Amino acid sequence: MISVEETLQANKDSGRGSLIGYYPAGFPTIQDSVDALVAMAENGCDVLEIGVPYSDPVMDGLVIQQATELARENGFGLSDLFEVIRAVRAKVETPLLVMSYWNPVLAYGVERFAKDLADAGAQGLITPDLVPDEASKWIDTAKDLNLDRVFLVAPSSSDKRIVDNSGASKGFVYSVSTMGITGERANLDKLAKQLVARVKDLSTQLTCVGVGISTPVQVREVNQYADGAIVGTAFVKAYQQSGLAGLVSKTKELATGLG
Amino acid sequence: MTEKLSEVHGPYFGEYGGRFVPEPLIAALDELESIYSSVRNDPEFVNELNELHKTYTGRPSIITEAKRFAEHVGDVRIFLKREDLNHTGSHKINNVMGQALLAKKMGKKRIIAETGAGQHGVASATAAAYFGLDCVVYMGEVDTERQALNVARMKLLGAEVIPVTTGSRTLKDAINEALRDWVANVDTTHYLLGTVAGPHPFPTLVRDFHSIIGKESREQMLELTGRLPDAVAACVGGGSNAIGIFHAFLDDAAVQLWGFEAAGDGVDTPFHAATLSRGVPGVLHGAKSYMLQDKDGQTLESHSISAGLDYPGVGPEHSWLKDLGRANYHGVTDKEAMEAMRLLSQTEGIIPAIETAHALAGLKHLASKLPAGANILVNLSGRGDKDMETAGRYFGLIGDK
Repeated sequence: MISVEETLQANKDSGRGSLIGYYPAGFPTIQDSVDALVAMAENGCDVLEIGVPYSDPVMDGLVIQQATELARENGFGLSDLFEVIRAVRAKVETPLLVMSYWNPVLAYGVERFAKDLADAGAQGLITPDLVPDEASKWIDTAKDLNLDRVFLVAPSSSDKRIVDNSGASKGFVYSVSTMGITGERANLDKLAKQLVARVKDLSTQLTCVGVGISTPVQVREVNQYADGAIVGTAFVKAYQQSGLAGLVSKTKELATGLG
Repeated sequence: MTEKLSEVHGPYFGEYGGRFVPEPLIAALDELESIYSSVRNDPEFVNELNELHKTYTGRPSIITEAKRFAEHVGDVRIFLKREDLNHTGSHKINNVMGQALLAKKMGKKRIIAETGAGQHGVASATAAAYFGLDCVVYMGEVDTERQALNVARMKLLGAEVIPVTTGSRTLKDAINEALRDWVANVDTTHYLLGTVAGPHPFPTLVRDFHSIIGKESREQMLELTGRLPDAVAACVGGGSNAIGIFHAFLDDAAVQLWGFEAAGDGVDTPFHAATLSRGVPGVLHGAKSYMLQDKDGQTLESHSISAGLDYPGVGPEHSWLKDLGRANYHGVTDKEAMEAMRLLSQTEGIIPAIETAHALAGLKHLASKLPAGANILVNLSGRGDKDMETAGRYFGLIGDK
């Protein structure tokens, strides 16, 4: 199985760049989310990011809030997450990360969650509300199981925090493009470019940019200075508006931004 | 291990507390912590805040002995710390004036706040008007309906009130929305968090700003009765008024501390907000603490007739005090609270907030555990004017519309 890091590095070396696609597990149903993630992988996403629906998603804008709320209303439970990972893994080899707020992981048990994640075939975990300062148990567990751990850096992060968070990450470090929550933005902050420059200056970690990316032009721009573009809201919205067909054409469209 | 309980200042209270927030907020929390630690013992800041409390808040608040009410409770003396007499009608103003002063020192021109019952929103809007700051208050849509009068008060004071329509549409979701606003506007905005929950340094600084309640009443009780009270009682939602009155007594081992939580329909039903009695440790709104959650770590909706206690989390210091056995926490149902609200009104001529009525209702349980003639200090954290519609409907005092 090729790792997230190897995938990003190979795509960077070939001048292609990478597209990382977020989609929530269980939206609108378990099977629909499996089909959606497989379609995203088959139509241009280089890495998949499976979101865990959660009751209090403070980093998410309205589109993802509504999608994950619907998934929960339709009965999504944490054990379904591992079924989704397994089903996607059975169809595609694309590297796969899970994105979860911290309390579901804590409630499930950090070690148990990590083990089930690895067994199901995922490469690691993105933790939007867990900073490395609070993550010693997760970092130790992830090291034992050789799982990726993706922490965030933001335009407001100090140099020291950029060094620490990049150093604590494996796979890549997630550069938050703008001071804000997930959702589409017409103008991607120039803050993103500055942040990535600081990450490159202060660490050797790969970094992908997320929050606000929704067009092929933005995907291209971001890949000129970073190691990948992360898209979430635009995929969820495409599915909400036109179902699987809409999602497939949005994936193809965004992939045209790659080299 | 000789550290006094009252000298624990976070970020952790035992295993509780911390900072479980997205990275973009860390810089703002660091800034707040740094400003706060530079001013908390600075005589100029302390004097400025004391002067505000003296000339604006209306401090010190008095103590009233509730003799006729006590006859219905047991063989005890009951002393009410009258935070209901503060400007804006509750203890919330203590924290708000302190944080608004901090916001000014940080050069922030805009404050945002969450509110459940509306008391913290009203206090925040008041401070914003006083200091000339812009103010946005997030309030669950459900709460804007049951606390319509407080919405009008906030608007009259010049604040913008944004009804939150996501999730359970109550206090928990108002906090989520305030956090989202803060992430996007952190350069210009201070999040004026209204309770002792949230990421460090909020639980510590909100506690410190409310600790004046306990400091004053400790002296007042010594003066009035010649000794410390046998027990101190308060209602607990997020836990700000309770920590405020407990804090000065934490190291007085002989003084029992009692927090009364909202048991809604009963702690053995699914409809309650008794986080410490029935919850388990987890992470919510940036801190590790007891909370109401299902096996998947999804936050459960809480239920209480009192909007201010209708919260599935609680401040981390309370979780620590519970585990240490230093404080006791006990559930009070909607029905018991409403009966206590009526009883205090009719025996003492004081209409308490429904939140506060939970503490009053708990006194019967508490009195049964104390020796005859014991002195109980109760935080009368807020007045009940805002609850007249709920009470009117509950007691059938308002004619059919």
